Amino acid sequence: MEIKTVGVAGTLESSDIQIMVSAGQNGIEIDLESEVAKSYGDQIKKVITDTLKKFGIENAKVKATDKGALDCVIAARTLAAAQRATETTDKPRLEVLQ
Amino acid sequence: MTYVKNRLRRTMMFVPGNNPAMVKDAGIYGADSIMLDLEDAVSLTEKDAARMLVFNAIKTVDFGGAEVVVRINGQDTPFYDEDVKAMVRAGVDVIRLPKTESAAMIKKLVADMEKAEEEYGVEKGSIGVMAAIESAKGVLNAPEIATATPLMMGLAVSGEDYTADMHTHRYPDGRELEFARNMVLQAARAADVYAFDTVFSNMNDTEGFYRETKYIYELGYDGKSLVNPRQIPMVNKVFNPTKDEIENALAVQNAIQEAKAKGSGVISMNGKMVDKPVVEKADRVIETAKASNLIDEEGNYIGE
Repeated sequence: MEIKTVGVAGTLESSDIQIMVSAGQNGIEIDLESEVAKSYGDQIKKVITDTLKKFGIENAKVKATDKGALDCVIAARTLAAAQRATETTDKPRLEVLQ
Repeated sequence: MTYVKNRLRRTMMFVPGNNPAMVKDAGIYGADSIMLDLEDAVSLTEKDAARMLVFNAIKTVDFGGAEVVVRINGQDTPFYDEDVKAMVRAGVDVIRLPKTESAAMIKKLVADMEKAEEEYGVEKGSIGVMAAIESAKGVLNAPEIATATPLMMGLAVSGEDYTADMHTHRYPDGRELEFARNMVLQAARAADVYAFDTVFSNMNDTEGFYRETKYIYELGYDGKSLVNPRQIPMVNKVFNPTKDEIENALAVQNAIQEAKAKGSGVISMNGKMVDKPVVEKADRVIETAKASNLIDEEGNYIGE
């Protein structure tokens, strides 16, 4: 999947996570900001990475600002950002979330 | 989750579909039904993201046994098709169609749901539909809308859009909604589906909220739409049966059991015949009383 633009999804409200996906060359590089990064940072990054790979993105820069999101929210926001970055929002790929 | 036609639906709480905090907590307030909204509560630029969030929430969040309804975007929007597909795939309990004006619109929805059910291997007929009646045309066509499909769960009056269509607005006494409320309720009852009243949005007017809820309860509505969880116990209070009603209902049920034990075909209580409507009403009272913890397992009254 080719990243054509910068895709942003999610908000900075409580229980949400804002994900920004842009083009990259060195695999999935995640810059995570989260108050719970110490305990849950690896898990958050894993959900983002798994979702992007399942969607078909192997290389991307990701900026994630977490406000205490559940895994199901992280995955949904990551997919939304990825579809926006690849300009494919008209064809939602919900199977990525399953 | 699977759609159940008959269940308790006193409260239907609206939850904005793009708000993770509200979606994840929706199940803790004890609403009978939760309506996740993809329509008016979501801005045009966030429709894609909200759809994904609601999809994932339905699949993973514990809604505490509440029925999960999703209000999709209308058939005149570019979001409708994907909304239907996504909600069928998620296995929601009920899909709510906004701005319903004809039976044809409901038939189209059901046909689109069937297509999606086939495509994604979801059991046919496992998802119910409900119609939001929001215009003069919708109100006048309520009878044909209510009977448009065997999957119809219920009709809901939507006061804001309806009053705008009628060239008026909401007033505290609700007289501007009188015809719509009665017409929709009549259509729902005739079709044996549920009827839901519109939201009451002035949270500071507690007295007005109770007045309106009592009024629609007396008309015969099954439940009320809500925007604030604080209104849930208020609606339940109005819909709760009184001690007398519960005791009477229990007596009816006892009379039936006694008659059955005796093999008697005719059931009487205090010398009066107990017929089908009386039995059905008693069952409804007991069901509500149980849901509100007004009686225990054995049927003893434990309310205050």
